[in-house]
Amino acid sequence: MSLLEIEDLVVRYPGRGRRAAPFTAVDHVTLDVRKGETVGLVGESGSGKTTVGRAVLGLAPVSSGRIRYDGGEIHACTRTGRRALAARIQVVFQDPYTSLNPAMSVADILSEPLVAAGAGKARARGRVGDLLDRVGLPSDAADRYAREFSGGQRQRVAIARALALDPELVICDEPVSALDLSTQDRILRLLLDIQHRTGIAYLFVSHDIAVVRHLSHRVAVMRRGKVVEFGTCRQVTSEPAHGFTEELLLASPVADPLRQRERRERRRARRRTDVDPRRQGAS
Amino acid sequence: MSAAPARRASPLRAAVRNPLTVAGLVLLAVTLTALAAAFVIGWVDPSGPAKANLHGLNAPPGTPGHLLGTDNGGRDVLIRLVAATKATMLGAAVALTVAVALGVPAGLVAGYRGGWAETALEWLAGLAMSLPSLMVLMAIIAGLGTSMWISMTALGCMMAPAVFRLVRAQVHAVRRELYIDAAKVAGLGDARIIARHVLRVVRAPVVLMVGVMSGVAVTVQTGLDFIGLGDPSTITWGRMLSEGFEALDTNRLLFVWPGLAMVSTVMSFLLLGNGVRDALQRADTATRPRGRDRSPASRPVPPAVPGPRPKPPRPDELLSVCDLVVGYPDGSGGLVEVVRGATLGLNAESTLGLVGESGSGKTQTAFALLDLLPRQATILSGEIRLDGVDLLSLPPAERERTVRRTIAYVPQEPMSNLDPAFTIGHQLTEPLRARGVGRAEARARARGLLARMGISDPDRVMRSYPHQISGGMAQRVLIAGAVATEPRILVADEPTTALDVTVQSEILDLLRGLQAEMRMAILLVTHDLGVVADLCDDVAVMRAGRVVETAPVDVFFRAPGHEHSRALLAAVPDEGHVRPDYDAEAASAAWDLAYARKTSASPDRSLGGAGR
Amino acid sequence: MTRILVKRIGAAAVLWAAVATAAFFLTGLGGSDPGRAILGPSATSAAVAAQNHELGVDRPLPAQFTSWAGDLLHGDLGRSYLTGRPAIEGLGQRLSVTMSLVGLSLAVVVGLSLLLAVLAATGRAGIDRAVQILSLTTHAVPGYLLALLLLTAFAVELPIFPAFGYVPLTASPGRWLAALALPVTAVALGGVAGAALQGRGALIDVLESDYIRTLRSRGVPARSVLLRHALRNAAPPWLTSLSLAFVAMLGGAFMVEKVFALQGLGTLAVDATVAGDRPVIMVLVLLTGGMVILVNLLTDLAQMWLVPKARTA
Repeated sequence: MSLLEIEDLVVRYPGRGRRAAPFTAVDHVTLDVRKGETVGLVGESGSGKTTVGRAVLGLAPVSSGRIRYDGGEIHACTRTGRRALAARIQVVFQDPYTSLNPAMSVADILSEPLVAAGAGKARARGRVGDLLDRVGLPSDAADRYAREFSGGQRQRVAIARALALDPELVICDEPVSALDLSTQDRILRLLLDIQHRTGIAYLFVSHDIAVVRHLSHRVAVMRRGKVVEFGTCRQVTSEPAHGFTEELLLASPVADPLRQRERRERRRARRRTDVDPRRQGAS
Repeated sequence: MSAAPARRASPLRAAVRNPLTVAGLVLLAVTLTALAAAFVIGWVDPSGPAKANLHGLNAPPGTPGHLLGTDNGGRDVLIRLVAATKATMLGAAVALTVAVALGVPAGLVAGYRGGWAETALEWLAGLAMSLPSLMVLMAIIAGLGTSMWISMTALGCMMAPAVFRLVRAQVHAVRRELYIDAAKVAGLGDARIIARHVLRVVRAPVVLMVGVMSGVAVTVQTGLDFIGLGDPSTITWGRMLSEGFEALDTNRLLFVWPGLAMVSTVMSFLLLGNGVRDALQRADTATRPRGRDRSPASRPVPPAVPGPRPKPPRPDELLSVCDLVVGYPDGSGGLVEVVRGATLGLNAESTLGLVGESGSGKTQTAFALLDLLPRQATILSGEIRLDGVDLLSLPPAERERTVRRTIAYVPQEPMSNLDPAFTIGHQLTEPLRARGVGRAEARARARGLLARMGISDPDRVMRSYPHQISGGMAQRVLIAGAVATEPRILVADEPTTALDVTVQSEILDLLRGLQAEMRMAILLVTHDLGVVADLCDDVAVMRAGRVVETAPVDVFFRAPGHEHSRALLAAVPDEGHVRPDYDAEAASAAWDLAYARKTSASPDRSLGGAGR
Repeated sequence: MTRILVKRIGAAAVLWAAVATAAFFLTGLGGSDPGRAILGPSATSAAVAAQNHELGVDRPLPAQFTSWAGDLLHGDLGRSYLTGRPAIEGLGQRLSVTMSLVGLSLAVVVGLSLLLAVLAATGRAGIDRAVQILSLTTHAVPGYLLALLLLTAFAVELPIFPAFGYVPLTASPGRWLAALALPVTAVALGGVAGAALQGRGALIDVLESDYIRTLRSRGVPARSVLLRHALRNAAPPWLTSLSLAFVAMLGGAFMVEKVFALQGLGTLAVDATVAGDRPVIMVLVLLTGGMVILVNLLTDLAQMWLVPKARTA
């Protein structure tokens, strides 16, 4: 059975100004995540992929459709219901520089969710060392401020915070796209490792199809608010059914001059035969 | 990363270390002493301030028994000055309390909640702030009388919108921060989020504003009394000022004393507000790099890597950099070297990829050869040779002329690199016009360039402002601007990092085409090895301010020479690797195991637990 | 663009009406007794009541407001309780005094703050420091105290400037300027400091922005980068501080007028406030309110013209 089921989700924001048309960020999206599974959600900027994750977290308004978690509906949760969900669904955001309060020590950041869930202060503090250990940070990191850490270390702190309440699902919103290549690699390994050890599930949102391929069991490709393709990682990234997925695959360059040259030729050939769906001009 | 654990310096202790803050404290202590004395006078001898010594009118300061002399009614100036402190300070306190009590909660609610409450409060604040405040105060005094309580309450109401706006703006800024979202997801309630995350950000600017507004309250109240709109039954500094002014012919010093008292009091508020704000801010804010590679000084540089020195540049290279060292002030009088002996060479009509991780110094190297380093940066040593001429040995004006004629720049972030106040057409033609090209000719060339960039309606884009075009379009405009002056070298700093991959591939194609057409050399600064593989002929790898390897691309990707290059390549997600399909049984087993361990190990879980 | 213009002007008119209405009720809250003020303390209460009845102030406030607003729409601003003459009589002369003072001050603030902001932002460390010290000082030394100091120093001790009186511009431009030199200094200095500090901050932000670097890379001359591009983008916050300075200077002028015995709106306002002369106060509220609202409107429009993005908002 699926852990998370998203069915016909629509997220619409009111337009700016009174007469402006509402903006549909997510347009009838259906997908699911099973226990211990990673589902990659890939797309370009403005495709609505981040909004799907935020809707699951209750940070974006659900205009219609349903979100079910472990059998129960959560899209119309009250604030108390949301707070109960905090122990089950967590998040790691893209930007490790704004996702941690610069004025708080790492120990404060990590114990915050525990204290909010009702654990005593001392008890919450006691778990900090364990959490740091789980993400590969030394225990003396607890007394330092988030601003003293590098991007990769901050992202480790953010992951530790997400793990504090032992959730079953973590929404990863572009967790490595602000990081350097080698740091990115280490963080991805860490996420995989945590999944192997705890059976946690990820909804992994990214613009980078190479990263998604590395991590996901299944991949959904989004474009202009819609899921254009949803299937196993192998199928989507090797034999894409949708033209846009193929375009996305061919457009992301590979670190090999020969293969990249070949890929470029294929992209051009495809462009010549196809009608380019991306109209040029101001948007 | 520094090894020493951070000391948690108390903001107050930090404030006291600032001599200006200490001066503020001393002045405040004087005022508070006077205030205490005023209460004592009011209790022991309420008529003292009005007691006249008719034998000693206008006695000079230092007269026995009258330290500051007497006024033209023979009353003791010092006693009156001290007594007046009471009404003045009470008035200021009333105004300040009202302003803060109205402004802070309203700002918090409006900033955090938004919606109709924000619209309504903002409208009200806008209304209140577009009033002739003194005239309104006068209208209120005319209607309700000269009671200090009323006029100071009214003043507080008029200052409240400024507090409101400040708080709202601060909360607005922090509300968008991801750590607020993270706190919501972690299950914190609104009150807790405001207390733990929002108030911290608000307190420093509010402290400064409280300092400024206490001063305003004192000066306005004194001013009202000075022009005769005060409460005639109480002594204030304003009234003494007015009396001093009336007696200017006979006693020129009389107005100086209340003036001095007011200035010193207001000054103490301002200095304290400033000092405490600075101390709080230092405790609260982070050094946050904006974008990739933008704040070299804030990032600790890893130790130098020993490795093979790259070959010195050959003389036939178009552009060569040799042992370049760039330093930034480290904030304590010394210098941090962000480029520590970079050496690289660019051949004519070829593309060199300058790769490295953030903080490796690649952007700073690019800025150095573009002569675009920020003012605080200095080139400490090294050579930058263009056609064999060392640019750094040229006088600054000539160096700039040479560089601008030869080297053009394509920046990373398309939207922030176009001036929002001018049309695209203006921004494209201005550099041409500066080179003496006629208006019509410049427009025609700009138009042609936009068409070459693959823009289908160049005339419309020429008329557009930057906010009216997309990011991909903006990057095309920036490339057009760079090649408009027909440079021989193009330095592109992460030109596609901010773009979607489908747009990126188009921009890379565009650069490749332009290079062939215009026979340019390109220096491509990037962190993306895929982009290097797509576009570059040669690669230079930077680390910790040095170039550790330079090689032709096929050699680099096949057999990287330096250990750091190998590490970089190893970190690229492998294209061949695809995660195996989901194994329901294995996943379920792992999940059950973890769940069992979790529920037994952590009883806390039930508190926020599932299914409740 | 035209629609935005019409909308803004409409909003300004509504605001003006709201200010006038609020002021009318505020001035009436205390239950004024103009009859007593006119007839003096020796008049009988019956005579005072009759006087009040004649003036209409014994009616409930809303009724008073309706008749006042009705008269206003017919161009009748009422008569002063004190003099019995039309409330706007002699206003022109006083207005010219105050506007000379405030207008000249505004000109000084515009020119001087711009100059100081540019010099401070482009690396003149001494000027940078001076602007900050000036800002601190002018906060602690308000205009009226500065006026007293200037008066004592340059009109009494060293009689360089006249200590009081106003000479119309039309009579003698030189003496007009001499008479206003000290008052303008007293009124303008705070505004200069405030606007210069704002302008400096905005200019520093803009000069550090990406597009300035890109413009430099294109070979656009440094002068043009600073004066056309940087100044234009830094202007909006500076303009806002100018409009705030205008409100502050209007208030400051009211107080400084007393020091230099200038017969402007300020002295009129003080007299009317002390006497509870509502018709005159209302005229002054309408006048000064209109000025402030107009200045804010102009600031808005200037910002829209300078920054195209604001036009779509």
